Amino acid sequence: MHQLTLAEIARGLADKQFSAEELSRSLLARIAQLDPQLNSFITVTEDLALEQAKAADARRAAGENSPLLGAPIAHKDLFCTNGVLTSCGSKILTGFKAPYDATVVEKLKAAGTVTLGKLNMDEFAMGSANESSHYGPVKNPWDTSRVPGGSSGGSAAAVAARLLPAATGTDTGGSIRQPAALTNLTGIKPTYGRVSRWGMIAYASSLDQGGPLARTAEDCALLLGAMAGFDSKDSTSVDQPVDDYLASLAQPLAGLRIGLPKEYFGAGLDARIGEKVMAVVEELKKLGATVKDISLPNMQHAIPAYYVIAPAEASSNLSRFDGVRFGYRCENPKDLQDLYKRSRGEGFGAEVKRRIMVGTYALSAGYYDAYYIKAQQIRRLIKNDFVAAFKDVDVILGPTTPNLAWKLGEKNADPVSAYLEDIYTITANLAGIPGLSMPAGFVDGLPVGLQLLGNYFQEGRLLNVAHQYQQVSDWHKATPAGF
Amino acid sequence: MALERSEVEKIAHLARLGLNEGDIPQTTETLNSILGLIDQMQAVDTQGIEPLAHPLEATQRLRADVVNESNQRDAYQAIAPAVENGLYLVPKVIE
Amino acid sequence: MQWETVIGLEIHAQLSTQSKIFSASATTFGAEPNTQASLVDLGMPGTLPVLNAEAVRMACQFGLAIDAEIAERNVFARKNYFYPDLPKGYQTSQMDQPIVGKGFLDITLEDGTVKRIGITRAHLEEDAGKSLHEDFHGMSGIDLNRAGTPLLEIVSEPDIRSAKEAVAYVKAIHALVRYLGICDGNMAEGSLRCDCNVSVRPVGQAEFGTRAEIKNVNSFRFIEKAINHEVQRQIELIEDGGKVVQETRLYDPNKDQTRSMRSKEEANDYRYFPCPDLLPVVIERSFLDELRTGLPELPPQKRERFESQFGLSTYDASVLSASRELADYFEVVEKTCGDAKLSANWVMGELSSLLNKEGLEIEQSPVSAEQLGSLILRIKDNTISGKIAKMVFEALAAGEGASADEIIEKKGLKQVTDSGAIEAMLDEVLAANAEQVEQYRASDEAKRGKMFGFFVGQAMKASKGKANPGQVNELLKKKLEG
Repeated sequence: MHQLTLAEIARGLADKQFSAEELSRSLLARIAQLDPQLNSFITVTEDLALEQAKAADARRAAGENSPLLGAPIAHKDLFCTNGVLTSCGSKILTGFKAPYDATVVEKLKAAGTVTLGKLNMDEFAMGSANESSHYGPVKNPWDTSRVPGGSSGGSAAAVAARLLPAATGTDTGGSIRQPAALTNLTGIKPTYGRVSRWGMIAYASSLDQGGPLARTAEDCALLLGAMAGFDSKDSTSVDQPVDDYLASLAQPLAGLRIGLPKEYFGAGLDARIGEKVMAVVEELKKLGATVKDISLPNMQHAIPAYYVIAPAEASSNLSRFDGVRFGYRCENPKDLQDLYKRSRGEGFGAEVKRRIMVGTYALSAGYYDAYYIKAQQIRRLIKNDFVAAFKDVDVILGPTTPNLAWKLGEKNADPVSAYLEDIYTITANLAGIPGLSMPAGFVDGLPVGLQLLGNYFQEGRLLNVAHQYQQVSDWHKATPAGF
Repeated sequence: MALERSEVEKIAHLARLGLNEGDIPQTTETLNSILGLIDQMQAVDTQGIEPLAHPLEATQRLRADVVNESNQRDAYQAIAPAVENGLYLVPKVIE
Repeated sequence: MQWETVIGLEIHAQLSTQSKIFSASATTFGAEPNTQASLVDLGMPGTLPVLNAEAVRMACQFGLAIDAEIAERNVFARKNYFYPDLPKGYQTSQMDQPIVGKGFLDITLEDGTVKRIGITRAHLEEDAGKSLHEDFHGMSGIDLNRAGTPLLEIVSEPDIRSAKEAVAYVKAIHALVRYLGICDGNMAEGSLRCDCNVSVRPVGQAEFGTRAEIKNVNSFRFIEKAINHEVQRQIELIEDGGKVVQETRLYDPNKDQTRSMRSKEEANDYRYFPCPDLLPVVIERSFLDELRTGLPELPPQKRERFESQFGLSTYDASVLSASRELADYFEVVEKTCGDAKLSANWVMGELSSLLNKEGLEIEQSPVSAEQLGSLILRIKDNTISGKIAKMVFEALAAGEGASADEIIEKKGLKQVTDSGAIEAMLDEVLAANAEQVEQYRASDEAKRGKMFGFFVGQAMKASKGKANPGQVNELLKKKLEG
């Protein structure tokens, strides 16, 4: 049963092959059995899951037949879930049983999904290896000595290991796409403003977007359709109808114009990854796509600009964690400053503290123009590159990551080397365009991810291309040994 | 430019982050390597480029002036570290 | 050395919206602690702000009222600092692109001259909560009900030159926001708060001296006292060879002193940057045009009209236009009696001292504008004298009758105008003071003038003030000369 995709589960539940309760019980048992190897869950919400599963079965018995009714999922642990620990992978949110549901959680609840739990992540979504979590590192099911990517590493590992069919994630600089790539999943970061950020604990507000990770593009379409939409509680939410992503899957690829940016295939890319990606391009050509070489000249400046903008916003967003109204508070503070400094000093991990300090510095008097304004200017240059490119092509294609999943601890000594792993994903966040990663094969038994970038609100097109490719390929069906 | 220890201490103070004495040299070194990465921006010519704060360049939507929140104090304070008589407690604030 | 005082004021006006600037919780004053603090107000993780349309409208109204530039777009920024009454660790405010730009306000000084005070800007921001310092085992208690209440911060140019001017300016702003209905102006509840930037310089010097900021001075009287005290402190400091340091000071009304707030002084670096959770606010021209046509008559226009329409002095006109309620009262009195000068005298005289004495606002006046107007009418038609009118006014205030006429009737205060009756009364008075009559007749013109007053006084006393003073004068003169 654990091999079923969301679409297959929908059919199975509709055909009464099994009940939502049976399905949830079976997956909960699997989580209990296998997750100790991966550490992908921070909280398993067994009681809540069974209650929701029974409710879903009752709704179905009453004649309801929506596709996600009874579908088991889990949330990255930065989506607030009413009454359930929402930790952001941080000690500072110790005991934080969120007093409300995030909009994404509420929407998926309304669609009838069953919440199996809360998934591990890099602390405050800062990382690309899922090693910065207070709850310990997550392991890659394809090789448990390796990282699953991050920051949605728990989501990726759990779905890849068939502990559940799909999960929510968030992507600020690649945090859905990069772990999807390193664990052989399909994941999509939508256009900025497409998915509500209400209740999604902020890392960098102008870059964060929620989205799904699943094993197929079809499942991503199903889940994204339920997550997306206007929310009056989020000022940056876009008031525009959501496309029918499922309907767009079937569109033939004939006439699709693919752009291949030369900057994505240059120095720094593991050549074996490049070969796998180009092999997919050949398949897409067979499906009727045409290919054009393009250039995104400002891509190389994206990492420095990102590491100003994201930490700057984070330094301010994370000021509310002060030990006063919720979360961790140090023992016996001797005065107010001591309360702040020790609660935050003890509550945040090393990477979070580093980024808060970088952001604080970048915004401080005398440095604001040289850092923050400069980074925002580069941000516009990067956006302009995409605007120009999408005049000639429908999607931009390249590798999701320059390297395969690395060994746990390998990049801990030098944070900057880990930052460079985000080189291909970060530009989509800076520009606010949608990006998708899908399986493109294996090198040395480790998954390779291919990234598709689209123009604003072209999620449907990206899912369509991935789905059409998945009709003629099997990479996405591969299961890691032992799971 | 490289940060000195004193600057790191100043930044940590602004951000209200208590650092362990022993961690400061390592922190200083790491921050300097990150700033080295960031400083690559300075080579980019951005003369006359308007900064971009939001990817979509949309404008703010306004909310009608309506009260629809009710008192949830008990629920919200159930997760607070220290409360008394409905107030959040902190070490004495000196003006 | 002669010193000149330079003052700039920052006034924080709480806008009288129903809900908060970024959340849907109530802004009512005085609720139980933290019962009006929503998820957003508490800075709960994952919460986001959405801007209140009414706060924007009110800020624009203010901008139009001070002839300010209102840019097509304004931007919210975060001001980052840690304080327990600031739940998010930043205040959402405006920095580079405030909603209201440069404008001005004309104020009337005590000598009747009008002075123009420049207003640099006015911006929207959220209020903070409150720290309560009663002792909770050595802890402070934090109440976040006030957190997120919309504020309009109005920043003046350093155009103010004395404590009295400062008070006149704050009063003018107070009147303006109340005219507009955008702030209740209740200073005791903190609806209108004032920070004063004060410096001194030798007369004739072009550069400004170093300024000190006095925080949260919350009554007109304290503004004057705090500034005067601070000016004195700075002058003494400089004359003793010291230097003024730029700092924040707190005024203590009990001791009539300002003292340094050292705890807030440490390296402030607010790290302003555009709030990524809020988008730029666009103000449409058509929206402003519509607002402009809906503006009420404001104090400066009202003052000018009172001068031209009623022939009042600038000073009287500005006192009477200082609040919408007072101006409305005055206009009803004037309409009822048809005499602007008498109306102004009565409203600014008897009525004001009565209200002062009783500690009442004009809306709570025990004497209605119609009652006062009808009373003045009786002075004008000689039914009663001015002196009797004051008695009638007091009786009206004490609720002894529904109208002036009723009291006049009931108490028999009607003026005696029958010449026969007055003559008879005068004969009695003169007979009773025969000696003085002799003296009068023996005196020269100069002396007679003085003595005449004595007879008038006696006559009025005898008539219990009811005899028509004009007739008394005329007939008395005739009798004494005769």
